[in-house]
Amino acid sequence: MTQLATREAAKARQDDVQRRGRRLGWVSLGLGVAQLAAPGTVRRISGVDDSPTTRAVVPLVGARELVHAAGLLTSRRKSVWAWTRVVGDAMDLASLGVAIAHRSGRPRRRLVAVTGAVVGITVVDLLTAVQATRAKKIGSAPTARGSREGGPMELTATTTIRKPPPKVYAFWRDLGNLPTFMAHLEQIRTTGDRTSHWSASAPFGTNVEWDAEIVDEAPGEKIAWRSTGNADVPNAGTVRFVPAPDGVSTEVHVVLSYDIPGGAVGKAVAKYFGEEPHQQLDDDLRRLKQVLETGQVVRSEGAPWGKRARKEFPQRPAQPLSDSELAKGADS
Amino acid sequence: MRANTWAGRNKVKVRDVPDPKILNERDAIVRITLTAICGSDLHLLDGYVPTMQDGDVMGHEFMGEVIEVGRGVDPGRLRVGDRVVVPFPIACGACGACASELYSCCENSNPNAGIAEKMFGHPVAGIFGYSHLTGGFAGGQAQYARVPFADVGPLKIESDLTDEQVLFLSDILPTGYMGAEMCDIQSTDVVAVWGAGPVGQFAMDSARALGAAKVIAIDKEPYRLQMAERAGHTPVNFEEVDVRSRLLELTGGRGPDKCVDAVGMESSHGSAHVHAYDRIKQAVRSETERPHALRQAILSCRSGGTVSVIGVYGGFLDKFPAGAWMNRALTLRTGQCHVQRYMKPLLQRIERGEIDPTRVITHTLPLDQAERGFEIFKNKQDNCEKVVLKP
Repeated sequence: MTQLATREAAKARQDDVQRRGRRLGWVSLGLGVAQLAAPGTVRRISGVDDSPTTRAVVPLVGARELVHAAGLLTSRRKSVWAWTRVVGDAMDLASLGVAIAHRSGRPRRRLVAVTGAVVGITVVDLLTAVQATRAKKIGSAPTARGSREGGPMELTATTTIRKPPPKVYAFWRDLGNLPTFMAHLEQIRTTGDRTSHWSASAPFGTNVEWDAEIVDEAPGEKIAWRSTGNADVPNAGTVRFVPAPDGVSTEVHVVLSYDIPGGAVGKAVAKYFGEEPHQQLDDDLRRLKQVLETGQVVRSEGAPWGKRARKEFPQRPAQPLSDSELAKGADS
Repeated sequence: MRANTWAGRNKVKVRDVPDPKILNERDAIVRITLTAICGSDLHLLDGYVPTMQDGDVMGHEFMGEVIEVGRGVDPGRLRVGDRVVVPFPIACGACGACASELYSCCENSNPNAGIAEKMFGHPVAGIFGYSHLTGGFAGGQAQYARVPFADVGPLKIESDLTDEQVLFLSDILPTGYMGAEMCDIQSTDVVAVWGAGPVGQFAMDSARALGAAKVIAIDKEPYRLQMAERAGHTPVNFEEVDVRSRLLELTGGRGPDKCVDAVGMESSHGSAHVHAYDRIKQAVRSETERPHALRQAILSCRSGGTVSVIGVYGGFLDKFPAGAWMNRALTLRTGQCHVQRYMKPLLQRIERGEIDPTRVITHTLPLDQAERGFEIFKNKQDNCEKVVLKP
């Protein structure tokens, strides 16, 4: 199957899951409202007598149903919310079991019937939850600015620079320039006409190095590259240089994709420690613009270290740096 | 060196801080000879502009002598020994915004552009001593300041005009002028200016210089209204009269053709309950502005007229009279002043004697008394209109 067909099929499955999730959401909403608005009627129908315990339990179950409904009707992450319904079903079945054990005669027969219905609902919930989880694994629709889940992460960013495309292209094609504006890159050494060796800082003070090659280029228009060999973080990128409508400027469009080790967990951990990839790529391009338009990365007393100002807030106060601060530099 | 710093909400403190050093090749260091407290510093003082930090050097209106230049500064534009007035927006002169003379929207001068972008949708220029949202640059209420892109912004003063005559080219004179210029004034126009603080006074003078038939000053402080009246403008005290009725009277029922909001986010209202409504919402941060002046300007302006906003706003406001604005074909024009655009032409107007910026100065204090300067300016004590500080 082609990649496109796979994507189409995955999308169809996603739509189906979303539809079914929504339907369950409406069921939860109905049940929840009934249990909260008319708990007495609900108790009578299901064969539960009037006692302090049941008077407390039925509205509580109703409130829980409203939570399911809110989740299923408003969130696109149906898998999580469908599982909350399964958990709810298990709670209901347990309470029904307790109720059956304590009753006999007509109430008991009613309770058994209700239990049968709940078992049926549980099966539907379980199926939906399992399918929603699978559909997500197979291929949820990618978000516009990169996926939240594990697997390759795609980042896009764009800026307009008031220099003609050949000039911006030439600056980027001289790969040694990239570390002047890209926060993570420490150094790029050219090793051949199209090959180079890259080194970058990674979270937790570690360092990663890899070889890369240019796989496609059109002078003044486009450069595409990818890592080669056994890179720790396999990555690829494309940058396009498009003439802007003003006739003087260049639109720079960047797409980066890389495999973060540790999948979703790795990404979450990195984010927790202040590595926000989208923001970083945006800031990288802002610095590229500063370097090309003004000659340098701009510095202020609050953010004096150019591209090394990784964490923006809180900053040092906006007052001049002491000699010792200046001598220590960004590591102070 | 000595510098006036933000020391928490409603507190400034003159302290010893390190002398500034060159950080970028196109920086210059200026020994400051005269600086000032601006109305917009009051928005920083009480914490309504976010991202101030303890120890931030304040001040964005300053001038002085160049004592050091970075090696990237074009010597044809600036040299050691030059006497300069420094514009408050820091602008690179090379980006798309600067090419369009929108200097206060410079795309390169704010190292914290990412934060500004989240607040405003797109980033704004760096500004001296004006919160970390606008870059975290040390300000000019100090003995020395570092000036980035020194070959772009600073205006050389080569005539023998005094510091007091040219200092306000750094902000309030161009800001007032831009307020009037955005009104596209015709000789038949009546122009009403809300706020008779220093910026308002300069907006009034500029409106007249641009040919307005009549200029009206709206405020509540008698001494500020008297200052406007002495300069030939018509005073309206919003605590004594109903502004709308008075404006109708003064314009034969038409309403002012052009309105300037020179007040901004912390305006007062003649009606106590309206003032209390916004004051409370602002205090609990459920709106960031108290936009009485803007509301009143929109409701008062004649149909098809222009409302020009130079008072500072920082976030979100309630009860914006969108119906009046839209149905009566009003034009709303705004902006932090693109100072660099106006410095030279306004310097010429000062040289020709058409505008006298010194008329607003009521207090000259040594830098070490900056705290007192803020206090009397904020509380409008001692008929305070404008405080200049001598380092």
